[in-house]
Amino acid sequence: MATEDHVDQPAADQPEEGVRRRDFLNVAAVSVAGVGGVIAILPLVNQMNPDADVLALASIDVDLSAVEPGQTIKTSWRKQPLFIRHLTEDEIAEARAVDVSALRDPQTLEERTAEGYEQWLISLAVCTHLGCIPLGAAPGENKGEFGGYFCPCHGSHYDTAGRIRKGPAPTNLVVPEYAFTSDTTVTIG
Amino acid sequence: MSFPWAEQYTPKNPFMKWMDERLPIPRLVYNSVGAGYPVPRNLNYFWNFGVLAGLALMIQIVTGIVLAMHYTPEAGMAFASVEHIMRDVNSGWLLRYLHFNGASFFFIVVYIHIFRGLYFGSYKAPREMVWLLGVVILLLMMATAFMGYVLPWGQMSYWAAQVITGLFAAIPLVGESLQQWLLGGFAPDNATLNRFFSLHYLLPFVILGCIILHIWALHLPGSNNPTGIDVKGPQDTIPFHPYYTAKDGFGAGVFLIALAIVVFFAPNFLGHADNYIEANPLSTPAHIVPEWYFWPFYAILRAFTVDFILEAKLWGVIAMFASIIVLFFLPWLDRSPVRSGTFRPKFKIWFWVLVVDIIALAYLGGAPAEEPYVMFSQIATIYYFAHFLIILPLISRTERPLPLPNSITEAVLGKDKTTAQPVAAE
Ligand code: FES
Repeated sequence: MATEDHVDQPAADQPEEGVRRRDFLNVAAVSVAGVGGVIAILPLVNQMNPDADVLALASIDVDLSAVEPGQTIKTSWRKQPLFIRHLTEDEIAEARAVDVSALRDPQTLEERTAEGYEQWLISLAVCTHLGCIPLGAAPGENKGEFGGYFCPCHGSHYDTAGRIRKGPAPTNLVVPEYAFTSDTTVTIG
Repeated sequence: MSFPWAEQYTPKNPFMKWMDERLPIPRLVYNSVGAGYPVPRNLNYFWNFGVLAGLALMIQIVTGIVLAMHYTPEAGMAFASVEHIMRDVNSGWLLRYLHFNGASFFFIVVYIHIFRGLYFGSYKAPREMVWLLGVVILLLMMATAFMGYVLPWGQMSYWAAQVITGLFAAIPLVGESLQQWLLGGFAPDNATLNRFFSLHYLLPFVILGCIILHIWALHLPGSNNPTGIDVKGPQDTIPFHPYYTAKDGFGAGVFLIALAIVVFFAPNFLGHADNYIEANPLSTPAHIVPEWYFWPFYAILRAFTVDFILEAKLWGVIAMFASIIVLFFLPWLDRSPVRSGTFRPKFKIWFWVLVVDIIALAYLGGAPAEEPYVMFSQIATIYYFAHFLIILPLISRTERPLPLPNSITEAVLGKDKTTAQPVAAE
């Protein structure tokens, strides 16, 4: 330390003000180290993201021929539970009768189902509040005040189109991407 | 580091002298929890709870390390490995029940410790740092307890992981990716379990580090006391050892008896039966509740049911975190120069209202999400925030404190006994 100072002091030709060579080197060196340090954090953060095997999202084929109107089946897709509900005529009528503009998350039944397959309501069985599985799929379960699903965790009520009607959940049940490959089979994902 | 009259450390034998010159650990111990640390002479039993919290942490670390020798953090095996601990591992049932109930006891003593600080104004100058570090420790404890609860991979474990990480999904735009980042997938799974295990093992040691800072910050001004007034001289203090080591030892005995009673006679009283069912991603338990020590915060989370600019869900999450964050500002919200609630007639009343309010929130947080519980949670939540943000700043301005005693000694012995020496006190 001391020796360096000695070397430095007599150099009177160094400008007093402005950027000295040593300042520049200091700032440059510390900046490079700083940027390097920050970049080193990236893999540490990134390793927590979903792995490749989790992301390899298998799409699933579901055979719907055995699902009667009024019945709901539960399957699992991407490790998340899924509801496939065969709506009855009444339930479809009920879902259509709702004034869409009054909804928290305005969507019509048509927007939530495939064209020509309005009787099939396919949605994630994950409450959009904090992720519980709503009731209403199995016979005898509480379907909530609007005849669709009821989430027992914090009391969210969904209607027959899986739309949020009452309770803390902010949005409708999520409709995944799917396509009908025949009248009774659907490919999800 | 201490009052000028603190006894100095003098090594008793040549080895200690040799040691003292090279690595003065005995001196550090002597000055921080030994005879070299003078403490106000009038501490009541509420001052035991800091040491008890330290004891609870040690129990958790020791039992936790040995449990980790038998536990398997793999989604398909975790549940069975916990049952293996309960049935096959020698003394495994005892260690697990100690660890499981030890967490609850840790929170019990910490909550009493916090209420002690609230009542006696331990958060005020010059001890703000002590308080702030304490709030950090509370947050770390909550994170640790939550992740530990997930490890047995029972139904409650699984759905706790789902619901709590779901809180982060409430954040606009980044929420969903944030939740997936926390879980390492779209739903809790093996990746989640592994990282929670890793962090559950790490965080207690971070807590330990924070406790060292907490005690360090405390030892600069020294302990507060039930009168809240400053130490004026040697007659106001007694050495930590043997006086408070003995008193804390007694408290530790009572604490351990209580823990033993629960561990041996009601080991699952504080738990939830559903957690003895293995995690099932396709079925939510009918009534999801967190562990009892989170109930007040859970009630605040659920109290928000209407959208107002932001979604109701987001408000709930914000309020829940704010209910702890507000504690960071407490030293500056309560400006009354008088520390102890004993001499603050108005503060005292509101303090007890707050205690009742938090107990009510705890009850409501454990209740199902139905009316009338929701409405009561809303009222109790409003009071909680009003207490810190409105009532405390107002009463610290309008209140007329009672006359303070002239000194701790006077408060303890009365005005006439001026000659009393610490040792002479019965
Ligand atoms: S998770 Fe469904 S209402 Fe909260």
